[in-house]
Amino acid sequence: MNTADQYLKAIYLAQRMEEGPASTGTLADLLGVSPASVNEMVGKLQDKDLVDHEKYKGASLTDEGLERAHEALQTYCIIERFLANVLEVDEFRDEARALESVIDDTVADRLDTIIDRPEQCPDCFDPEADCCSLLEVCGPAN
Amino acid sequence: MSLGQRVSTDHQLTRLLQIGVVLEEVVESRAAHHLESLPAEARAEIDREVRELLTDATEESADHRDRLEALIDDLEAETVGYEEINQLVDAQYGPPEDTDGVLYDQLCNEETAYKFYDDLIEAIEASDSTFAVDRDRVLETLREIRAEEKEGVEEVTEIMERRA
Repeated sequence: MNTADQYLKAIYLAQRMEEGPASTGTLADLLGVSPASVNEMVGKLQDKDLVDHEKYKGASLTDEGLERAHEALQTYCIIERFLANVLEVDEFRDEARALESVIDDTVADRLDTIIDRPEQCPDCFDPEADCCSLLEVCGPAN
Repeated sequence: MSLGQRVSTDHQLTRLLQIGVVLEEVVESRAAHHLESLPAEARAEIDREVRELLTDATEESADHRDRLEALIDDLEAETVGYEEINQLVDAQYGPPEDTDGVLYDQLCNEETAYKFYDDLIEAIEASDSTFAVDRDRVLETLREIRAEEKEGVEEVTEIMERRA
């Protein structure tokens, strides 16, 4: 998953958590980067019409941005579910975060052929717990 | 969240190699399923060329798996057994409608594996880290496997073009 998709996913989750535009601070926390980096990338995403940014309010996904964010979150869900259920990794959240930049969408799609992912994915993703709420091992975020 | 594409720890390398093993197991299992699941009529239609392609794909995947497992052994980790993945494939498997569907799925298998190894090699090259296994040996093994996956993509593509 490329960096732009990771940002779109983070904006989507932040919007759900904040029930409104995603603030720079929340995005910086979610992505583990500086607020300056967030502002720079949000500007690039705005140039591509994937994000609307309003000063002092935050970033909101456009329809196209939302579609890409959904796909990115699905890819992330596949990685988490694969790590938790197939490789039986306890720290599946941390590892999914570490691996998402190296795992391409096509690879995730192939892994998806062996995992049992709910139809409503990614709507069942719980941003607070940082995993799918329907995943058996999904407890509070670590 | 890590935004960089680089592999810098033994743990990360091991995990990615384990994913590589699972991908090979999926390829191996799906190719075997394709041969078994097609109705007798369609199976008879699968000419020798396609049958050989699927048989070679299962053998090649098993060989790739062995080579990845040798690295994982040296990293003192384990892999998910073939039977376990075979059962998971079985549980979710929907057979392609015809021979073209089989070939298309096989193309996806080969392309995905190629992309995975290509990204993994790039991510290892982007890091200066040393690992518990010899870095050059890891890269050499992965480059060899990647080259074979590329050949696999070309082979399926040629067959598809001939049949079109």
